[in-house]
Amino acid sequence: MSELSPSPARTLLSDQAMIQMEGIHKWYGAFHVLKDINLTVRKGERIVVCGPSGSGKSTTIRCINRLEEYQRGRIVVDGQELSNDVKQIERIRREVGMVFQHFNLFPHLTVLENCVLAPIWVRKLPRKQAEDIAMQYLERVKIPEQAGKYPGQLSGGQQQRVAIARSLCMNPKIMLFDEPTSALDPEMIKEVLDTMVALAEDGMTMICVTHEMGFAKTVAHRVIFMDGGEIIEQNPPEEFFTNPQSDRTKLFLSQILHH
Amino acid sequence: MAEIRVSRPGSQPPSNTVGTFGWLRRNLFSSPLNAALTILALYLLYSALPPLLRWAFLDATWSGDDREACATNGGACWAFIRVHFDQFMYGFYPSDQRWRVNATVLLLIFGAAPLFVRTVPNKIKIRLGLGLLAIYPIFAFALLTGGAIGLPAVDTSQWGGLLLTLVIAGVGMTAALPLGVLLALGRRSQMPAIQTLCVTFIEFWRGVPLITVLFMSSVMLPLFLPAGTNFDKLLRALIGVTLFQAAYMAEVVRGGLQAIPKGQTEAAAALGLGYWKTMGLIVLPQALKLVIPGIVNTLIALFKDTSLVLIIGLFDLMNIVHNATTNPEWLGFSTEGYVFAAIVYWLFCFGMSRYSQHLEKRLHTGHKR
Repeated sequence: MSELSPSPARTLLSDQAMIQMEGIHKWYGAFHVLKDINLTVRKGERIVVCGPSGSGKSTTIRCINRLEEYQRGRIVVDGQELSNDVKQIERIRREVGMVFQHFNLFPHLTVLENCVLAPIWVRKLPRKQAEDIAMQYLERVKIPEQAGKYPGQLSGGQQQRVAIARSLCMNPKIMLFDEPTSALDPEMIKEVLDTMVALAEDGMTMICVTHEMGFAKTVAHRVIFMDGGEIIEQNPPEEFFTNPQSDRTKLFLSQILHH
Repeated sequence: MAEIRVSRPGSQPPSNTVGTFGWLRRNLFSSPLNAALTILALYLLYSALPPLLRWAFLDATWSGDDREACATNGGACWAFIRVHFDQFMYGFYPSDQRWRVNATVLLLIFGAAPLFVRTVPNKIKIRLGLGLLAIYPIFAFALLTGGAIGLPAVDTSQWGGLLLTLVIAGVGMTAALPLGVLLALGRRSQMPAIQTLCVTFIEFWRGVPLITVLFMSSVMLPLFLPAGTNFDKLLRALIGVTLFQAAYMAEVVRGGLQAIPKGQTEAAAALGLGYWKTMGLIVLPQALKLVIPGIVNTLIALFKDTSLVLIIGLFDLMNIVHNATTNPEWLGFSTEGYVFAAIVYWLFCFGMSRYSQHLEKRLHTGHKR
């Protein structure tokens, strides 16, 4: 497991709820993928979601910005309820950044163009200002010198850091990470996790689907374990790792920690 | 025992793999079969080229004003082309008004030139391009048709030759591409009504031959229109060609759309971009770049298909050449006429093909994924 920078202080959280998921059910045809998901994420809270593949982790966080539809339940993001109204969905997506397993950078645009696209076309910022902000974030993810390159010219780790910077340029209130390090070579995982730890230190509200248990231990306020489309268990990391409650959690932990 | 090799300077490759000899060996005589084919090809060239060159150049007649001039030499009679050249270019456009055609073409060349200069910023290119697209057709139509601003009217039935070919091809291309893109997007739409409409449209137009379309537009359409309505023949041809090629274009573009990973639209959506911005800024630039060869293929097909308008009695380049070969004063020179037409078509199509290759190379930013 990668060595990580010292853990960000787990400060006292405010009571303000950033995300509320209430009774979310989702079916793919007849297949019941999400079964009654209830989750409240407070402002500044950092949550790690883990579980075996096919357990509904990614689907759950993809519901929050409506990349996935759900058939029952309600989701409120920063006081705004998700509805079928396209404008409302776009309004919420502006406040929710997302980082994907396969980066999904736009290959026909340079790194800088990737970063300024949404601020210019969605936030209507002047190009100059958008570029200043983008450079600021590219510096934070430590690759300002790559601004003029195309994504295809960068390593996987660099691409993922660009993807993080691209999301941050929209100045989101929440960041969702969907297995951000799963597609990376081992030597690149650390640089991406370090970027995420730095983000955590700034008090960003984060939900992260990952199998990086080191990251969960140092950064998360809460670890959620999912299996079969249900939240099986959720606890602070020290409790979660030392004293797992359910048999499925124990089995999962033994599999990923002792391989 | 460890052994350390001192690195030495690289030596020459074997002499039979480099230079002219190496090239011949690799490309022409790499196996007995290839050697035999090379010799056969050389023999064919030897027997076909000299007579062709003799016909086209050595024994050809270049000047003269009637068929008598060509009677003696036995080679090609290029005088036939020279005498009819203006007709091939302008059709029956009145001679004293042909400057209007030249002005229209020159205006387009100068107006569009900055689009092909690399140092011009993209922003200006986009504005100029859109401006041209909006204003130029109106301007060209006014100039060519006349009937106002002191210009005598020239009916579209007098348009002909290369002018008519270029008008049909130009209008067809500029209209079919955007229409094809919209149809392709519509076919992939989540909205069932739009999807059905686009699928029906595409499958209808793809299912009928262009000749049928043109026939129907001239024979059947008048049956449905109120008596006395005069529906310009050229306009009917333009609409027919455009809708027909738009259907093909739609399928080419759809191929490109399908090649773009779902992650691209998801990333755009997650950033808060709406449907049109996602398509316009993220998906289409990548998809269209991927299918440049297919698009150009369709455009070239469109260019050549314009010759089918002879079916409805329009005198495009092909038809006017054909018409000249039946001129009693110039009987017997159809070969020269068709060779000339073929060369003109080839020049335009080859030009498009080369430009598309250049474009592909310039837009290449893919590297590895």
